Amino acid sequence: MASLKEVKTKIAGVKKTAQITKAMNMVAAARLRGAQEKMEAFRPYASKFNVTMSNLSGGANTTGFPLMEIRDVKTVELVVITSDRGLCGSFNANIIKLALKMMAEYEIAGKKVSFVCVGKKGSQLLNKTGKVRKSYRDIMGNFQMYNAREIATDIAAQFLSGATDKVEVLYGHFKSVASQIPAVAHLLPVQPTSGEEESEKKFSGDYIYEPSTEEIMDVLQPLYLNVIIYHAMLEVGASEHAARMTAMDNATNACKDMVKSLSIIYNKARQAAVTSELMDIVGGAEALK
Amino acid sequence: MGQQIRLEVVTPAGAKVNEDVDIVNAPGFGGDFGVLANHAPFLSTIKIGTLTYENGNKRESLMVSGGFCEVSNNKITFLVESAEKGSEIDVERALKAKERAEKRLAQAAQQTENFNRKRAEVALQRALARMKVSSMR
Repeated sequence: MASLKEVKTKIAGVKKTAQITKAMNMVAAARLRGAQEKMEAFRPYASKFNVTMSNLSGGANTTGFPLMEIRDVKTVELVVITSDRGLCGSFNANIIKLALKMMAEYEIAGKKVSFVCVGKKGSQLLNKTGKVRKSYRDIMGNFQMYNAREIATDIAAQFLSGATDKVEVLYGHFKSVASQIPAVAHLLPVQPTSGEEESEKKFSGDYIYEPSTEEIMDVLQPLYLNVIIYHAMLEVGASEHAARMTAMDNATNACKDMVKSLSIIYNKARQAAVTSELMDIVGGAEALK
Repeated sequence: MGQQIRLEVVTPAGAKVNEDVDIVNAPGFGGDFGVLANHAPFLSTIKIGTLTYENGNKRESLMVSGGFCEVSNNKITFLVESAEKGSEIDVERALKAKERAEKRLAQAAQQTENFNRKRAEVALQRALARMKVSSMR
């Protein structure tokens, strides 16, 4: 049986860990609120954008837009968005797992795969594959629209140069505080949106366009990429904190359980020591008689 | 007072303006345009510049950067990447950004790198628009 002192230090250590994890939980909860607010603020923009986009692409001819060009897919680029920091359970691992699975599937189909990593964790883990084309680190903490724009511009340039034929975004979808699932969004070639968004608000295509529809599309499509990437980054931001909250909550609970079982061991050890001391005293007293 | 049109300015960081106004002047891609109440459905891209609107005697200016605007049902909606009121603009920062962009432009002029030049140009436009709006206060 472990000595009394050993158990005591261990209990103190575990209690300190619990304190840290509890603090991290609280920090994550506060950050989650901020990230969720950011998501809420972005929603009207995104939904308006989608409505306009579908209105436009519904009427417009899809050929002649370089970003819409559907080519024979030879290379696929996966934009993997993860968090910059760890300690958030299996959140990043799940995204990476999906990325690797998709990579394997594309490679079996004879396509080349390259990665663009947003967030430090993703680039750390995917670097091993040697297929990372570009990584953006340390921007997930406080990202802005211009970060998304930078990424989107780069990806679009790759697509336009013919280096990639298809681009998909992998991110952690923020389903709820309790559940975040890795998700895939199609990015390039731009597909004319239809269906769900349209039912929200339907306009006849009787607009005056200035300049022409085609020119508007030329401006809108790169913006559309920004919107998708920014949205995915927002989702990852919120998911990360939610995942960390859960992970830290679990850790705190685990610490509490450990303290409980360690306390039992400690009490037992103490009791045993007391008993053996008593035995000694009683034995000594007996012998003196 | 005549009829009014509802103005909405939406950015990725949330709605910026949502009120009834008399007239909106915006920097369209093909030149500035004004929109009054009951305008026909209209869609235009917006470049970096100044968005002005009037409500009675009140006149407000916003610095807007790239996006588009849509007019329908007596409502004008701007979807722009950023929109800042004069009072919110950090003039010093804009000035610095302007100098930086000018320096970069000068550098880019020597090289043939198109991409950097374009970025510097856009940055310069943004800085100039910011300074213009903040001076209108």
